[in-house]
Amino acid sequence: MIEIKNLCKSFGDKVVLKDISTVFDSGKTNLIIGQSGSGKTVLMKNLVGLLTPTSGEVLYDGRDFVTMSKKEKVMMRREMGMIFQSAALFDSLPVLENVMFPLDMFSNMNYRERVRRAQECLDRVNLVDAEKKFPDEISGGMQKRVAIARAIALNPKYLFCDEPNSGLDPKTSLVIDDLLHGITEEFDITTIINTHDMNSVMGIGENIIFIYQGEKEWQGQSADIMGSTNKKLTDFIFASDLLKKMKESEMKEMKEMKEKKKG
Amino acid sequence: MLIHKYLTSFGKYLILMGRSFARPERMRMFMKQYVKEMSGLGVDSIGIVLLISFFIGAVICIQMKLNIQSPWMPRWVSGYTTREILLLEFSSSIMCLILAGKVGSNIASEIGTMRVTQQIDALEIMGVNSASYLILPKMMGLITIMPFLVIFSSATGILGAYATAYVGQVLSPDDLTAGLQHSFNPWFMWMSIIKSLFFAFIISSVSSYHGYTVEGGSVEVGKASTNAVVTSSVLILCSDVFLTQLLS
Repeated sequence: MIEIKNLCKSFGDKVVLKDISTVFDSGKTNLIIGQSGSGKTVLMKNLVGLLTPTSGEVLYDGRDFVTMSKKEKVMMRREMGMIFQSAALFDSLPVLENVMFPLDMFSNMNYRERVRRAQECLDRVNLVDAEKKFPDEISGGMQKRVAIARAIALNPKYLFCDEPNSGLDPKTSLVIDDLLHGITEEFDITTIINTHDMNSVMGIGENIIFIYQGEKEWQGQSADIMGSTNKKLTDFIFASDLLKKMKESEMKEMKEMKEKKKG
Repeated sequence: MLIHKYLTSFGKYLILMGRSFARPERMRMFMKQYVKEMSGLGVDSIGIVLLISFFIGAVICIQMKLNIQSPWMPRWVSGYTTREILLLEFSSSIMCLILAGKVGSNIASEIGTMRVTQQIDALEIMGVNSASYLILPKMMGLITIMPFLVIFSSATGILGAYATAYVGQVLSPDDLTAGLQHSFNPWFMWMSIIKSLFFAFIISSVSSYHGYTVEGGSVEVGKASTNAVVTSSVLILCSDVFLTQLLS
């Protein structure tokens, strides 16, 4: 279980995260949502240790990641997988070697076993045919899938994804969402995804945390989000005309049903 | 303020070096990177080293013949001074200045691009010591290959000098040979190699530092690349003074 307690992060005078406390459900798809610049990425970087919080605790199964020794942090990180917004594949290595990289570094498998494991991961993301290609020879969606394959190569306990759908078309975004959700269930991983894509929120979000200007504004499940009365959350969700119309028609239908019942 | 800035940078550089010299996590991966860097930074530089050394060797020989040689001097003087310049300064210091431009910008832009595209963050998340994984093989690779580049440079420079004798007929090959062999001190060769080892460390470590500490985007990577070349060149020139004094 991942828990954060009173997490604050400032850069000089600028306060980016203000006293955030929350719990991420184990074995579920947790979503951090919010506008661009709300502090989602900074929160995730604090979670994985790429940034150090100004104050507060980041607890992994009760152990504070912030105060861990360097060695403990390294060991802890081997239980994490991360998918970056830009995929962050090593551009000097072909796809197969990218996926093999964590295995080369940390597993005691022999070469054949490492290749087999990397191929299994690529097969899981339907990319076996691309194993000899370099990252710049494949599409953005394929790069994200390779990043997922690399992240799961060592069977991580925690999977972090920073805006995995950014720059992708809606159809490819759905593929990535399904993949992340499927992997979370299949391997019982605790997945934390940063996103502002409402399709992801409604499609795969199990535990949703809404960040507004560096503060946790709302937390709940995707089923509750549409009916939320939190003004900031509804402003964020129904920023798109399409969703606004959907909400209006839903309300209209509910009103009609109520009137029918009364009648 | 400026001194504070330089001291801060120097402190960060020392911390980075401390991280870089950590024991590699996997020796197999280190060796793979080490061989790759020797090839990428060293072997790929052989062409430019040979080309420049050949022409500079030829030019030094012509200049010595035209401007130093006089009837009052022995005829071997042109060959002698050409050899001394090549061995003592050109093949180590000037050649390293040239390599600071080629190799230094290459290292800084490669690591800087990895930084801005989050590849270094990805390494850190995996629990890899990114400084040791990326920088140590570059430093060791360049330090290993540099003495060979120095030797190739000296040899090619002398070939260039012979070209002026045989093709340009600026001086007779016998006079040149006599000059090249006159009062030869083998220590000068070693001095050249020792200096080049220091310069190889400066080029690889300073350029890695500039690349590793990039913040921002492609513009900053370009700036880091320029800063790497300028800083390496200045440090090579400064340390050349001290090393020459120390080793002579």
